[in-house]
Amino acid sequence: MVLKLEHVTKRFGDFTAVKDLSIAIPEKEMFGFLGANGAGKTTTFRMILGLLDSSDGRITWNGQPINYSTSHLVGYLPEERGLYPKLKVSEQIVYLARLRGMPKSEALSELRYWLDRFKVPEYENKKVEELSKGNQQKIQFIAAVIHKPKLLILDEPFSGLDPVNVEMLKDAVLSLKEKGTTIVFSSHQMHHVEEMCEHLCIMHKGTPVVHGALKDIKRAFGKKNLVIHADFSLDSLKEYPGVVKTRSTTEGIHLQIDGEYVAEKILKDIVNKGFIRKFELEEPSLNDIFIEKVGDTYE
Amino acid sequence: MNKFWIILFHTYFNKLKTKSFLITTLMMVIITLALTNLNNIIEVFDKDSGKEKVGVLDETGQLYKPFKEQMSSLNKNFQLTEFAGNEKEAEKAVEEGEIAGFVLLRYDDQQLPEAEYKAMSVADSAIYTDLQSGLQQMKTMLAASKINLTPEQLNQLYEPVSFKKVALEENAKTEEELNQARGLVYVLLFVIYFAVIMYSSMIAMEVATEKSSRVMEILISSVSPIKQMFGKILGIGLLSLTQLAVLLSIGYFSIKRNMSSLEGGFFDAFGFGNISLSTIAYAVIFFILGYFLYATLAAFLGSLVSRIEDVQQMITPMTLLVVAGFMIAMFGLGKPDSPFIVITSYIPFFTPMIMFLRVGMLNIPVWEAALGISILMATIIFLAVFGARVYRGGVLMYGKSNSFKDIKKALQLTKKE
Repeated sequence: MVLKLEHVTKRFGDFTAVKDLSIAIPEKEMFGFLGANGAGKTTTFRMILGLLDSSDGRITWNGQPINYSTSHLVGYLPEERGLYPKLKVSEQIVYLARLRGMPKSEALSELRYWLDRFKVPEYENKKVEELSKGNQQKIQFIAAVIHKPKLLILDEPFSGLDPVNVEMLKDAVLSLKEKGTTIVFSSHQMHHVEEMCEHLCIMHKGTPVVHGALKDIKRAFGKKNLVIHADFSLDSLKEYPGVVKTRSTTEGIHLQIDGEYVAEKILKDIVNKGFIRKFELEEPSLNDIFIEKVGDTYE
Repeated sequence: MNKFWIILFHTYFNKLKTKSFLITTLMMVIITLALTNLNNIIEVFDKDSGKEKVGVLDETGQLYKPFKEQMSSLNKNFQLTEFAGNEKEAEKAVEEGEIAGFVLLRYDDQQLPEAEYKAMSVADSAIYTDLQSGLQQMKTMLAASKINLTPEQLNQLYEPVSFKKVALEENAKTEEELNQARGLVYVLLFVIYFAVIMYSSMIAMEVATEKSSRVMEILISSVSPIKQMFGKILGIGLLSLTQLAVLLSIGYFSIKRNMSSLEGGFFDAFGFGNISLSTIAYAVIFFILGYFLYATLAAFLGSLVSRIEDVQQMITPMTLLVVAGFMIAMFGLGKPDSPFIVITSYIPFFTPMIMFLRVGMLNIPVWEAALGISILMATIIFLAVFGARVYRGGVLMYGKSNSFKDIKKALQLTKKE
């Protein structure tokens, strides 16, 4: 069950939305797509789902193209949330589940399971327009997963939710992954991708700038973060060779350095200057990588 | 169950349950009942106001009796009373509402009757006309007796000339048949016209609602837009048949019930007495084809807008086409064999109404009707294929979109390049 995109390109007239994207997503993996608005994430998803045809390249799942004959195996949470405002939750979830090939009774019991899990069993017979936005989002999520898809595509699943609900939804996504669902998701928020995905791809204006396993990406990035809290002034470090970026905080300084060797040298130089409260070498965050690769400040 | 049927029945039952649909149907039932019972309703109201008293102030002392006889043979409901008194008193009686008005009868220079009618207002032309024709007849009679004509001679003079229209074409409809057909075609044209306008805008609305609520993206990722579009069109189609079946059966029974009491009257003239089967069959065929033509058009127009408010604007050109077709058909009722009507009956957007008009009113060769139907069906198939492509791209387009340029954009979205 490998989802494969081979040299996929999408052009709308003169505009190229996605350019030469090649990725392979193994089964039971969680794959993250990162990118600013207009980077081509949604277009990529639409192509994976077969809503749009790619101009060049191939998209296959297990060697087969994804089309309406496989739609019962695929779940989709679109970026723009939408449900029938006038229909009851149960009515529309059952309708959408049946369109994905799930029988009515099974859909109902599955719906109850999810409503219980999200601690909102009382919503079953409410109209969607009566629910708050966050709760509508839960219903939307249920609509995407109700038919137990093998491939789940989540476009910005956590945007607009409060932290409690984000955790609840994250849990649900992780449990689906453990059950063997292949999940592709996009996010603006780096830490979600960082926490949940083994593999990821950063898109910038239609071009994949970085992609691969999270660990490899971090290793290949080379640069590390160094946090130092000390009782003496650390300003001299700003000009230190091998330091790329600095940011002063109330307690000390955050440095981005070229590699571990820089940290070693710094430690040797400052160890006799006074008391050091904290000296910590960190892996680069995805945010650092993103900013570096995409080239503009973000988040 | 096939996804197509799921969509079809979902659309059907969902619409059926809505309050607006139930209320509309109820109102239409009431209107149908009212129209088919119009005669009874008018009678009920006429019972009170119909027998208005009109006073007669006869200055000659001779004219009242013959005048009253003439009037009672003309209209039994007319109440004439001789008013004893002078003109001033009569005017006062009118002002006080005792009588609706009064007629002042006198002789002119040639000893023939002349009259003056005085009432609070002269708006009620029915009274006025009746009085006038009564007087005219009386005057004719008096004049005739003056020159010593016998009543037989008088009858001969006034007997209408015998005049018959005979169509030489074989199978051509007789005058009577044509009148009946005209009534029937008229009613069915109305049905087609309203149904097409109402249900096609319902479809456009439905598509736009799904699009604006953004549920569309989930739908098209589960079911192909083509299945979706036709599921919707047929679902609403089924709804329209349900509504029409209710209205037609209520209308039919209501007419049947009235038929005995109204023989030869209004309903016969409208051709309900003996509806020919082929006309009904053509009506059904043209209704269904007309529906499909405009429903397909509406579905893809609806897929181009992203806000419900824009729907009306988008489908206005389509509505105008229907209106134009209806107008031409109305004109054609009086002149069904004019070349203009013949030509327009082959234009697919007008065919459902105008070809039906020709089929119903004239005896055109079968191939002509078949040709019209073929062109219409070809257009429907073309629109369905084209519409499905626009629909597929259109439902993914958002933003300010209410121009026909978007059709091109939508088509581009579905293309590979």
